[in-house]
Amino acid sequence: MERDDLIKDNEYALSAHHSEDAGTKIRKKVWIVTALLTVLTGLEVAMGIFLSERGTITWQMVKWGFIIMTAIKAGLIVMEFMHLGHEKKALKWLVLAPYIGFILYLAFICLTEATYIFAGEW
Amino acid sequence: MSEDKTEISSKEAWGGGVSPVKTSYGKQMMWFFLVSDALTFGALLTALGFMKHRFADVWPLCENVFYHFPGTHAHLPLIYVALMTFILIVSSVTMVLAVEAGHRLDKKGVIKWLAATVVGGLFFLTSQAWEWDTFIKGNEAQSTAFLLPSDNENIAHLRFSDDHFVFNEDGLGKPVELAIQAINSGEASLELANKSYASKAVAIKFLENNAQQIQGANLKRNEYGLPLYANFFFCITGFHGFHVFSGVLFNLIILVQVMKGTYDKRGHFEMIEKTGLYWHFIDLVWVFVFTFFYLI
Repeated sequence: MERDDLIKDNEYALSAHHSEDAGTKIRKKVWIVTALLTVLTGLEVAMGIFLSERGTITWQMVKWGFIIMTAIKAGLIVMEFMHLGHEKKALKWLVLAPYIGFILYLAFICLTEATYIFAGEW
Repeated sequence: MSEDKTEISSKEAWGGGVSPVKTSYGKQMMWFFLVSDALTFGALLTALGFMKHRFADVWPLCENVFYHFPGTHAHLPLIYVALMTFILIVSSVTMVLAVEAGHRLDKKGVIKWLAATVVGGLFFLTSQAWEWDTFIKGNEAQSTAFLLPSDNENIAHLRFSDDHFVFNEDGLGKPVELAIQAINSGEASLELANKSYASKAVAIKFLENNAQQIQGANLKRNEYGLPLYANFFFCITGFHGFHVFSGVLFNLIILVQVMKGTYDKRGHFEMIEKTGLYWHFIDLVWVFVFTFFYLI
């Protein structure tokens, strides 16, 4: 079996090379993303510590806040750190579409079903 | 060897002459592996969500469980977990910087940032070991969860009036004093196997004589509440921790190869990108574990 790293002049790997100037720009972006991730995490922790009253309407909103912030953090990691946002569209959707579709369905069906097994002995 | 059988040209490597998604084979396969691995974690977290929904009213709050910090007895809810999260984010950043250095063929930069990533990973693993240790040993002063003997056939369980707070042999716990209070106030009653209820006096006596204190956690019972809570904790953070462990191992191997000059010869540092993807994935999973296990 051939391994791709032994392909002569791997054009896909070589085309990823960039200059010093481009590098400076990329690093700047990396630090911005880092700051965003840190701020979001800090916010989540603060909310987790101070808003812990379960079962209220506020808690419902806090919960959705957590989920939205998590989605943003995940998006930043996947699109910027993992570089998926800068890959070819085909690869991007090949990875994202099946996963998001399947997991949303799974989460939906499990959480819905979980509310139906409350009754009865256990 | 007459022919160089290990090196082929890019045109030959792809059936159609080009990669369909304009990335190298290795990177594509890493992505496909990550999708399948993400499905595994997705399944674990969905199962957690299912059980949390099912036992919503008795599921322990993580801020009441994870409030320890090494070297202090202060009550610091979630701070240690937040620190672990931050360590992982930082090690993800150093990995991006290693990949970026690789794109400039800056070998020294790659070594520096990759080494930093390995250190970050080891830091996280050590933190997790400490967290597990604390969780398993438990708190002497706090071990108020208790257990009713499962060998008493006459006792079905202690039932609270809202039907959901149940003490039974599965170790779903509430403090003994609270349970006695609840019986005194009529909020709870001891249900016998024949579906009748014991009198207040009998129920309290039974609790006083049979309730057994639990300290710490194992897979069967724990002081924090539902056995499922500890089971999910061990399963999810354990599975993630094992990923971190293998990630550190991969990064170490690649680090040695960078130092040996393997990728200088190859002309590109794509291997850093591939292990980098795996490493970011670990960070990505932790972001979800942090939210769905610890916060919600």
